[in-house]
Amino acid sequence: MIELRGISKVYRQGGRELSALQDVSLRVDPGEVFGVLGQSGAGKSTLIRCVNLLERPTQGRVRVNGKELLSLSPEELRLARQGIGMIFQHFNLFSSQTVAANVAYPLEVAGLPREQIRARVAELLALVGLSDKADTYPARLSGGQKQRVGIARALAPRPRILLSDEATSSLDPETTRSVLALLRDLNRQLGLTILLITHQMEVVKAICDTVAVLEQGRLVEQGKVVELLSRPGTHLHGLCYPPFTTGESAVLRGGQRVELSLSGEHSTRPILSTLARRFDVDAHLLEGSLERVGEARVGRLLFELTGAPDAVSQALAFLREQGVTSEEAAHAW
Amino acid sequence: MPGELTHSLWVATLETLYMTSVATVLVVLAGLPLGVLLVLTDRGGLWERPALHRVLGMLVNVGRSVPFIILMVAIVPLTRLLVGTTIGTTAAIVPLVVAAIPFMGRVVEQGLREVDSGLVEAAIAMGSTHRRVVFRVLLPEALPSLVRGTALVVISLLGYSAMAGAVGGGGLGDLAVKYGYMRFRTDVMLGCLAVLLALVQLVQWLGDGVASRFDHTSPHSRRAHD
Repeated sequence: MIELRGISKVYRQGGRELSALQDVSLRVDPGEVFGVLGQSGAGKSTLIRCVNLLERPTQGRVRVNGKELLSLSPEELRLARQGIGMIFQHFNLFSSQTVAANVAYPLEVAGLPREQIRARVAELLALVGLSDKADTYPARLSGGQKQRVGIARALAPRPRILLSDEATSSLDPETTRSVLALLRDLNRQLGLTILLITHQMEVVKAICDTVAVLEQGRLVEQGKVVELLSRPGTHLHGLCYPPFTTGESAVLRGGQRVELSLSGEHSTRPILSTLARRFDVDAHLLEGSLERVGEARVGRLLFELTGAPDAVSQALAFLREQGVTSEEAAHAW
Repeated sequence: MPGELTHSLWVATLETLYMTSVATVLVVLAGLPLGVLLVLTDRGGLWERPALHRVLGMLVNVGRSVPFIILMVAIVPLTRLLVGTTIGTTAAIVPLVVAAIPFMGRVVEQGLREVDSGLVEAAIAMGSTHRRVVFRVLLPEALPSLVRGTALVVISLLGYSAMAGAVGGGGLGDLAVKYGYMRFRTDVMLGCLAVLLALVQLVQWLGDGVASRFDHTSPHSRRAHD
């Protein structure tokens, strides 16, 4: 659906060269929600703008909807862009036009007859739940409503791809959730392929199937979100799970400090109660989390294991066997 | 003020209105494309032409730096060519237009530059032609500031027209100099001033009113749209 190969982008400012992207390659499959995660300044914005050539890469190839965009004429590129929707952090709605006129804009660009435009606009506003705001100007809408108009406008010409440029970054947490849920629905119902860039881990966990981590213009990691999150040592795992804040001094019961990584089937097995029953040990929870990511659950736990030394070491062996222990404390107290 | 002079004041007012309104129409017609070109041809613009941009910018700066009184005299040959004479209200329109076009160009340029570049980006991402970006995005978004800027230009034209009048163009400036200054008729002078002041106020009021009518950027607009 979208294929970027060996993309580099160099900005020339005065005599200096600033490299924004270096040899970035990624592939977004049809129907997928693909997230690019990175800090501000990592080059995310440049990357997503290379997909519809708002920025022309210095090097590399851009293939979208089966077309090599860099070899298109300006007119062909203009038509190709009509098949790629885009939403923005600051919505970029036309303030001088009503909500309905904003949504109608890309349809006028596509040259649809007036009656068809009117019908399609009504349909889209219903889709995003803003039918009653058709004649309102954007300035009178809340942030979440503005982004819904942005989404309706982007989807108006029935693109198969939606690019999302930090679409939830200026929204409050609750509105972010509702906008993400809308994007997820659109992805499922319309088979819409979504490429989004974000600096928010929550966005990746909430709706992305696949993620790429961008650092200083380079992709350092790419893979399925659930897999990367359940493998300690990946960049994504490190970003999502910073070191536990419970220091070693918190282990005061003279037991063994244990960290568990939970994902897939492990997340549903009664590991702690099995331990307690089989080995006569106690698990004192210190810190941890378990959450849904897409269809799966992932998480990690930090706890202290107490009991007879033999029992504790047998319990640890059991955990290792299960393949869930990510790390053990260096020493027992 | 005797009836004859009241009549003169009335005629002078009409002359001033004639000069200013014809000049305004021409200035807007020429200044709009000039401002659009200044924005489009600039580095990073939709139609980047750095050489053309520099030439236009220079012409505008030259036009704006020549004092009006000198410009009027300097372009006498052009005026004669266009109007056939260099005296009278119609002849005065030529220097008025020439002087105000660069001003209008800058006003338009500034108005367009205030439009959020994200809107242009969104329009391009939706596959807009450059023509559509200009006419459906840039100009409508800048409309309130274009209207305010035009009011500013009209007010300057009123001022210029008084100056033009003083050197044979007729209008309120002419009357004020001939009667108010040379014949010490303070009443005529004050009458001219009062009319000019009223005109300036009217233009400013109209400009602000129309501009805010087109301005939909405030969430607390007094007008209900929904």
